[in-house]
Amino acid sequence: MTRRGLLAGGLAGGVAGALAACSPEPRPAAAPTGPNAGLNAGPNARPNAGPGAAAGVGRSVVTFHGEHQAGIATPPQAFAAFLGLDLRRDVGREAIVRLLRLLTDDARRLTAGRGALADVEPELAASPARLTVTFGFGPGLFAAAGVEEMRPEQVAPLPAYEIDRLEERWSGGDLLVQVCADDGVTLAHALRMIVKDARSFAEVRWTQRGFRHAPGVLAAGATQRNLMGQLDGTVNPEPGTADFDRAVWIRGEPAWLRGGTTLVLRRIRMELDTWDAADRTAREFSVGRRLADGAPLTGRSERDQPDFDRLNGAGLPVIAEYAHIRRAHVPDPGLRMFRRVYNYDEGTGGKSDSGLIFASYQADIPRQYLPVQRRLAEGDLLNEWTTPIGSAVFAIPPGCAEGGWIGETLLGG
Amino acid sequence: MLVRRTVMAALPLAAVTVLAGCAGQNAPAPAAAPASARPAAASLTITDPWVKAAEKGMTAAFGTLVNDTDAPITVVSGTSPAAGRIELHEVVDSDGSMVMRPKQGGFVVPPRGTHQLQPGGDHIMLMDLPKAVRPGDEVQVTLTLQGGGTFRFTAVGKDFAGAREDYHPGHGDKE
Repeated sequence: MTRRGLLAGGLAGGVAGALAACSPEPRPAAAPTGPNAGLNAGPNARPNAGPGAAAGVGRSVVTFHGEHQAGIATPPQAFAAFLGLDLRRDVGREAIVRLLRLLTDDARRLTAGRGALADVEPELAASPARLTVTFGFGPGLFAAAGVEEMRPEQVAPLPAYEIDRLEERWSGGDLLVQVCADDGVTLAHALRMIVKDARSFAEVRWTQRGFRHAPGVLAAGATQRNLMGQLDGTVNPEPGTADFDRAVWIRGEPAWLRGGTTLVLRRIRMELDTWDAADRTAREFSVGRRLADGAPLTGRSERDQPDFDRLNGAGLPVIAEYAHIRRAHVPDPGLRMFRRVYNYDEGTGGKSDSGLIFASYQADIPRQYLPVQRRLAEGDLLNEWTTPIGSAVFAIPPGCAEGGWIGETLLGG
Repeated sequence: MLVRRTVMAALPLAAVTVLAGCAGQNAPAPAAAPASARPAAASLTITDPWVKAAEKGMTAAFGTLVNDTDAPITVVSGTSPAAGRIELHEVVDSDGSMVMRPKQGGFVVPPRGTHQLQPGGDHIMLMDLPKAVRPGDEVQVTLTLQGGGTFRFTAVGKDFAGAREDYHPGHGDKE
């Protein structure tokens, strides 16, 4: 009889699950709210066992299973981490399937407020706080799995733009894991579990952490502000509408991607230290909206349609030719990209390092994303203060049923 | 300290059930989920079974055994295609040191109760691995119950930093 290295160890995931079942409060038996659930899940929120847990935000659950992956139509949670993984050289199709099944299992447990399997800190999973885990496949995954012919042509690096200053450390990636939650502790634990289960198969290429307003700070559905002070996201397809479904979900080919979408993830640095020198008139002129309320310069409130034809007394357009909202304008709502952006703020030492993690979902990148990106790259007054420093493109597979796994439509069978 | 918990638990969300007394029954591994539900009218189930991934040598399987009957169920031995042999182990405090050793009498799952198999506590020791247990692998384990019945389940391989087994066979029976 000899010693074991670590014996005092804690409880495994399953153990915690059984223990939780003994507590006086019920734990969530099934995920109650859909991806479209509002910030306050209200009657749909299930109480979650755990000492010290408060009602409300912490207990809200977003359904993991379904036709679509959660974390896209889900109203944006306060915190996000985007994890870009590169598969190891010896990882092929069989290993990728093992990885995806492991990570799917982690996601379905954690999003329901349970510890992952073999979770050594299951208590950190007890408050799901609308946790979502969303997976995406970069071009390298198709090659590694030997299914290059299944890769949609649009799942490829974007064309190079004059404005780009892309850095390798924020670009590319074979496998994306997007983790979002209304609680930073919950998110950190979920991310840690995912990374631990992925590292036999993959190396972390980048981790991008972002945030929005905390839960309850803004009214449900209100537009958030970015760190340049602008209301950001006024014109966006609204989940639950036909326009959203048309803009986001893939319905045709390839069949394996039906119910899925694509993600363009751009890291856009804001040059806040020079933006500081721009006065309010210049700031509003460059965007075409008022800072105070986000109304177009031709309107009175945020939701007013911009009047791009209106001229001022000098005969010039009120919304300038190179104002951001003119250049980004897409008349057909079903052809818009769906933006679900997060702020980042990594500055240390007194110099700003802030910007946007610009996450854009669309069914068709060439049709919906590229034309706008091209117009903005060719001329957008905001380019003076914004710089794309990271870029990655992923196919977002459809969701899965209970017992299924994300990626089975591509790699199953 | 001997870590053993007998916890009254509700029916587990995910359990793998095999009928006691059906030795040799072939329950196919779940096709999709690593730890999948297979409810049956039976007796012994295991919740959240997993096995620590290992390159070679030995490793251990964990989970929560659940007894749905009114009589105790005793697990006395086990086999697995993923192991040359299996031992049922406990961890005990011996003069201040935590040590593992074969558990006399096996694992007793109380009536309508559970028996935890966990790092630092009772566990199913898989020895003489013929090949690596990789993360995500599905490892079949068949437990033999007192009275001759068997109980088969599938455990999923997980990377795990703890549960470092430095067990040396032949040392174990000397206490």
